[in-house]
Order: sequence, then C-alpha cells, then structure tokens
Amino acid sequence: MIWLDTIVQGVLLGGLYALFAAGLSLVFGIMRLVNLAHGDLIVLAAFLILVLVTTLGLSPFVAILVAAPVMFGVGWLLQYHVLNRTLGDDILPPLLVTFGLSIVIQNALLEGFSADSRRIPAGGALETASVNLGQVSVGVMPLLTFLSAIAVIVGLKRIFYATALGRAFRATSDDPVTAGLMGIEPRRVFATATGIAMIVVTIAALYLGTRANFDPTIGPARLIYAFEAVIIGGLGSLWGTLAGGIIIGVAQTVGAAINPEWQILAGHVAFLLVLLFRPRGLFPRATD
Amino acid sequence: MVTPTASWRVETRTRASSLFIVAAIVIVVAGLVAPAFIGRGMLRDLFFILTMLVLAQSWNLLAGYAGLVSVGQQAFVGFGAYTMFACVSLWGINPVSAIILAGFAAAALSVPTGFFVFRLQGAYFAIGTWVIAEVVRLSLAQWKALGGGTGTSLPSGATRDLAIVTWIGEAFGVRSSHAVDILTYWLALVLAVLAIGFIYAFLRTRQGLGLAAIRDNSEAAGALGVDAGRLKWAVYLSTAFVTGLAGALIYVQTARISPDAAFSVIDWTAYVIFIVVIGGIGTIEGPIVGVLVFFVLQNMLADYGSWYLLILGIIGIVVMLFAPRGLWGLFADRTGIQFFPVRRILAGGSSSSKSDAS
Repeated sequence: MIWLDTIVQGVLLGGLYALFAAGLSLVFGIMRLVNLAHGDLIVLAAFLILVLVTTLGLSPFVAILVAAPVMFGVGWLLQYHVLNRTLGDDILPPLLVTFGLSIVIQNALLEGFSADSRRIPAGGALETASVNLGQVSVGVMPLLTFLSAIAVIVGLKRIFYATALGRAFRATSDDPVTAGLMGIEPRRVFATATGIAMIVVTIAALYLGTRANFDPTIGPARLIYAFEAVIIGGLGSLWGTLAGGIIIGVAQTVGAAINPEWQILAGHVAFLLVLLFRPRGLFPRATD
Repeated sequence: MVTPTASWRVETRTRASSLFIVAAIVIVVAGLVAPAFIGRGMLRDLFFILTMLVLAQSWNLLAGYAGLVSVGQQAFVGFGAYTMFACVSLWGINPVSAIILAGFAAAALSVPTGFFVFRLQGAYFAIGTWVIAEVVRLSLAQWKALGGGTGTSLPSGATRDLAIVTWIGEAFGVRSSHAVDILTYWLALVLAVLAIGFIYAFLRTRQGLGLAAIRDNSEAAGALGVDAGRLKWAVYLSTAFVTGLAGALIYVQTARISPDAAFSVIDWTAYVIFIVVIGGIGTIEGPIVGVLVFFVLQNMLADYGSWYLLILGIIGIVVMLFAPRGLWGLFADRTGIQFFPVRRILAGGSSSSKSDAS
C-alpha cells in the first residue's frame, strides 16, 4: 500500500500548495497583478508567527490570530502606497517592483534572522499525531492543512459572491472606471484585496512553518509552486487551483518515491506537461 | 499642403552620436591595449563589468524592447557554462571554440523552452521562464560526469596550455594564469562590443522599427503587417545565444562550476535587472550607465553582506516608481543627448523644424 500512501501524502501536500496559490490567484483575479514577492511574503509571515510563538509563548494557532491582522495591514499599506502606483497597461512596473520587493524581503530577513533553518513548534503532540483512514494513516497536521485549504477556498468564494465587498471586487475587476462612478474607490478595493490575500498568506505560513524547516531564501520556490498550481488549475478558478496544487503535490511525492532527487523536478515536469496539452489549464475560466 | 521636397530626409544620426562614435572607437582601442598597463585585479573588475554589461544588454533587448520580461535568463547562462564545461572536460575541445559552441547550444535550448513560455502571457511568461531555468538546473544537477549537484572544475591545463595564452604570456611577460585573465578580458571586450553593435544595428533595421511599433501599440503594428510573434521569437533566440556566450565565457574565467552558482537567479538575473532598471530600461545607454553604478555600489557596500542587495532592491523599486526610465532617462530628458539613437528623425528641408517619426 506504499503507492496509495504516497498519493495520499501528495494530495495533502497539494493542500499546502493551494494555500500558497489562493492569495496569488485572488490578487491576479481582481487587479491583474502578479506579485513576484508572494513567496517571500509567505516566508515573512512565517517568521512573524515564529517570533510570536517564541517570544510570547503562544500556540501557533493563537499566534496567527495576531499575525493575520498585522499581515492584513502590511498588505493593505503595500498595495495602497506602492503597488497601486504600478498598475496600468505596461507590465514592466508591477513585475520589476515586486521582483525588487522579493529581493528586499529576502535580504531583510537574512539580516534579521540569519540564514539558519527554523521551524515553528506546533506543540509536541500535534506534530506527530496521526489518524487512521482505512489502509493509510495520515498526519494530523497535513490533514489540517488540506482542510484549511478547502475552508479558505470556500471562504474566499463566499466573500466574492455573497458580500458587498465581493461585489465591489467583481465590479472593480470588470471595469474600475465605472465601479468608481458607483462610489467604489478602486485604490481602496485593491488594498483590501491584497490585505485579504495576506490573511491567506498567514494561514499558508502557519502550515509552511510547522510542517517543515524554512529559511529566508525559500520564498521564490513557494512562488513557483503557487504559480504552477494557478496555471494548471486555469486562471481565475479557485477550485482549479486546489486541483493544480494536488497535481503538483502528487507529482512531487511520487517523484520523490522513485528517486529523492527527482522530487522538485517531477512537480515542474507535471506543470510543463499540462502547459503542453492544456495551455489554458484544466478548468479555464478567465480569458487572460 | 506641403509636398515633401528632396531636401527632406529621415535620419537617425544626431550630432552627439557622431561625436560618440569617435569616442567609442577610442574607448575600445584603449580597452584593447589596457592589459599592458593595468594589474590583474583591475583586469578582473573590468571582466566582471563587461560580462555583466553583455547580460544586461541582452536582457534589456528582451524586456525593454520586446516586452518579454524574463526572470529565467540564468537558464542560458548556466546551460552555456555547462556546455562549455562538457566540451572542454569531456570532449577535449579547446575553451575558446567551446564558448562559441555554448552560444549555439543555448540558442538551441531556447527553441523548446520558447515553445513552452510563449504559451504564457505577460507576468506569467516571467514566472514560466523561471520554472524553465529551475528545470534546466535540476536536470543538469543529475549529470554525474560534470559533478552532479556539487559541480566540478575545468582540467587545470585546459586554458593555460592554449597557444594563444602562451603567446600572450610571452608578449606581455606575465605568468600563464595572468595571461588567461588577459585572454578572457579581451574576449569579454569583443563580446560586449559585438553584442552592443548587434543590438544597435538590429534596432535600426526595419525589424527593429517593428519592435518599437509593437511596444508602442501592438494592434496598430499588427495592422501594418508587423509579425509580433516572429519578432519576439527572433529576440528570444538571439538573446539566448548572447547570454549563453556570456555564461560560457564567465565560467572559462571562473574555471569552477556548480548548478547553484551557474543557475543563480540573484547573480544572473536579479543583478542584471537592477543594472538595467537603474541605468534606464529601453535604451542602449541605460545598461552601460547601470553597470557602472552597480559596480561602484558593489564596491562601496561589499562589506555589508545582505544589506547590499537590500539597498540595491530599494533603489530599484524607487527608480521604477519615480523615474521609470532610469538614470539615463533623466539625463537624456534634460539634455536631449543620445549616443545610440534609434529614433527616426525627419531632418533638412526649408524650415529648421524637426519632428519625431519614431
């Protein structure tokens, strides 16, 4: 049953990648902005949680209740004061500014926390606990990650389609000028969207930091996984993003089971194959 | 209605550019004879500046002119470098020929990779190129004959025993390791001149004009018969070639390779992007200014570790937000000076008025 086990682990890992990707997808969907610093913001949030856990002695699950509003603020200010200036027809400014931001965050973290590998202590029992699901046993943390990914997607969909804020998001995404005439201020809507994306980032950071070691330089790789999940799923589809995350996750665990050196490569190859045969992703919705 | 008379003509040359051609020739000649007067340390600094300039110029052509923002050019630096290593270490080809072969290998690699990344638009193209670079890095790390994940060194005599190195050693009266530095420096100088010359010549052709037209208004350019897809392919392929050459040359000088260094996104893409952005994207002068600023900053901040990249990143962001055309853009806007004019100017005629027709 080793293969079944491998695939189940891969699916659960896919939940983590879907969490990485959900924030990226949200921001892209609303303002067509691809944030190259997304992975580094996840790592930043992980360090924030780590500091809260180690200095205040909080449980990580309590710490994110503090970290999430802080990250919301960071995202709001970043979007309102910096990234909003880059939006427009030209794709260069947003790409180059967020790329610069990625380098700045990485090196600021290196300066503050050194290059050592860290891990957020999740409280001994939880880290090792597992549940038996018929033939395979799965860790509680991976299972929790996967369930959180589903909860985040359901939550985002609810915000999008059942609240006034979501209506503002969709209106601004369709036509910012007309939305402006209706009393919506696109700059603030964008800032709020990035703030919400940062809350998702904080949740992703919790699981990134408790499941495995992290250091200031691993952000770009997380960005790449998130991006692959988004493209595989099809732009604009949140459930597709989960499917994309699962495909990357399964490809990685299966690749690693064959040869540990192939883990990352297998994920990338799966992505390239989807790009080759379904260039618009598995569940395409948006046109760009 | 004014009928155009024979005295009107379209020019791209300006007074500054005519003067600059003379200055450029003097600079290049001075560069060629420089090894007789300067020490090894400075030679290596100049080598670094010249190779970064080549990478910056080719990224600038890609992003600044063709709108293809790649953050995966390290794929071609690394692939060029690995091809050179394979040619020299495994197949016994001499390093100088191996550099040329590496350029062609990088161009050949760009065909399948282009096939994938051109399926992605805009920002997704950027991350797609990054994925490709990771795939190439991870694949080459499996090549055990070239040291796998830990890397390998060039055979010790490979460059020192070259006839030309012996000749340089005798002519300048220096040891063979110094002679290798002179050779690589000369090659870097030649490569930089050829790369800039090629890009400048290309931008002045009809295809170059087509590229500018696509950048300014792709629908209108398409309606006039400019084939955007083909031009972008041509730029992607040729920049891969130049980047592969530069990568191979850098690693002839370094003589030691590892996948992490050869495919470093910081060294071969982040630095290059900052050079181009700070200097001025979308101009040939920009990367030249940028690489000089970059070199000065690097020397000033060399002792501060990650603060250096932190400051570079902040400067890059500030320039992009408040002076998107970079230092050269600020200078050119105030003075109107262009050393590498590619803009068509309508000149002559009865009146002295000039109009832009770029």
